[in-house]
Amino acid sequence: MRRYLRLAALLSAPLLWLVVAYLGSLAVLLVSAFWTVNGFTGGVVREFSLANFRTILTEEVYRNVTLRSVGVAASVTVICVVLAVPMAYFMAKVASRRSRPWLVIAILTPLWASYLVKAYAWRVLLAPGGPLESLFGVTAGYGLPATVLVLAYMWLPYMILPIHAGLERLPDSLLEASADLGARAGRTFRAVVLPIIVPSIFAGSIFTFSLSLGDYITVQIVGGKTQLIGNLVYANIGAANNLPFAAAIACIPVLIMVIYLVAVRRSGALEEL
Amino acid sequence: MTLSVPARWALRAVMALGLAFVYVPLLLVLVNSFNGDRTFAWPPHDWTTRWWSAAWANEGARQALVTSVQAALGATAIALVLGTMVAFAVQRFAFFGRDTLSLLIVLPIALPGIVTGIALDSAWRSVMGELGIGKGLFSVVVGHATFCVVTVYNNVLARLRRTGTSLEEASADLGAGSFRTFVYVTFPLLRSALLAGGLLAFALSFDEIIVTTFTAGPGVTTLPIWIFNNLFRPNQAPVVNVVAAVLIVLSVLPVWLAQRMAGPAAGTSRT
Repeated sequence: MRRYLRLAALLSAPLLWLVVAYLGSLAVLLVSAFWTVNGFTGGVVREFSLANFRTILTEEVYRNVTLRSVGVAASVTVICVVLAVPMAYFMAKVASRRSRPWLVIAILTPLWASYLVKAYAWRVLLAPGGPLESLFGVTAGYGLPATVLVLAYMWLPYMILPIHAGLERLPDSLLEASADLGARAGRTFRAVVLPIIVPSIFAGSIFTFSLSLGDYITVQIVGGKTQLIGNLVYANIGAANNLPFAAAIACIPVLIMVIYLVAVRRSGALEEL
Repeated sequence: MTLSVPARWALRAVMALGLAFVYVPLLLVLVNSFNGDRTFAWPPHDWTTRWWSAAWANEGARQALVTSVQAALGATAIALVLGTMVAFAVQRFAFFGRDTLSLLIVLPIALPGIVTGIALDSAWRSVMGELGIGKGLFSVVVGHATFCVVTVYNNVLARLRRTGTSLEEASADLGAGSFRTFVYVTFPLLRSALLAGGLLAFALSFDEIIVTTFTAGPGVTTLPIWIFNNLFRPNQAPVVNVVAAVLIVLSVLPVWLAQRMAGPAAGTSRT
């Protein structure tokens, strides 16, 4: 009995916060997605209606923006994986033992640098007449490619660190055993290394995917006129003052993320976070 | 596996390119803060420190820095308490819904920030607004604490798993009450984990802009919001650049601290 009292004492405040306040807020948001705004008065009509979702499903612009956002999130994730796997492998297995901790610090430090500062740095770098153009004669300019590039830049450490942690747990003796049994580097990578780091890659992808999917700041800074889901949500809260419709749009990334989380949970990715 | 020499060199080259990709933009900001040209003509023709004095004298930037530190301290304090409580509950007790709870704690950072932002905003308006408590610094602290809990939780949970309960049992066998045991045994064991989690929480909060945009009351400007507001004003560019340079230099600090306090291991623990 005392044990239960202790558990209740430990859990009551956090649960009150996370379940009642946070989940409650999310629930209210979900419910308000079914409300509408009176076109005349601008007041919120608290009656059940599927109008918002009908608009989202039927009007082409929302489908395009959703596909574009998912495309951006997926491209960012792929770029991060392609860069992070060799980098993490080098950090964990190839670099000299003395330099390994320093490489980890080198990857870790930019995580503490401000998100806005990084976006700002790329804005300066990519600017017409900026350093990239005067050094190489070309710049990607502001737009969709710049958005993908800068988001990949931002989230790269989030992908490297879990993969690195996964590789650190892989004993070198397993790699040696695989080589002794006659496997070449490629076979060892597929049969020994990859199964170990797949949960880590999924864990990293939760960050890269989710952070890209919700972003609307980087897009404004380096994306030119590009619009992602976040921009639509933001525009509907601010200028249009249509909270129910914004909530309905916000359901799109939530739905995508929930599906994604449930899908990767089976791989054990959540343990790697 | 035994890698061939070319493969090793290829990996080394990717690592070098990756590090260049990560650091060149940041170095550019540092160099530009001394660039004499107002529009950052590149390569710089003359060098100056006047942007640094201009930034130092900028009242808005200073006020924003103070607001950011206040918000981050508040959010970190709440996250330390809540995160530790949940970590103890999850590690030391078995109860219905334990797995769901660990998923729930990850949710605020797994969901896009804009969703957390508008959810908290509309809830605050309809619940706290009714009570007459408007949005201000406090609502920013509440919003930040919600997604900061996870960093403390993860660090404390990992530490509790590693240390086990034998030392606490020894303390109890020697006649210490549970309060005494906590102060003399459990807390010292957790100290570096709390530091690592707290540092991460502070940094997450200090850097946050999306949830802040939706939870900040009128007149509450954190540093990221100040930077964003001034980013598109050409005549403010040099001052924004100096603030950015300062933040880049400051980002070395927590890593150095974590290294000093707890050795390399604490530096690698993350969200």
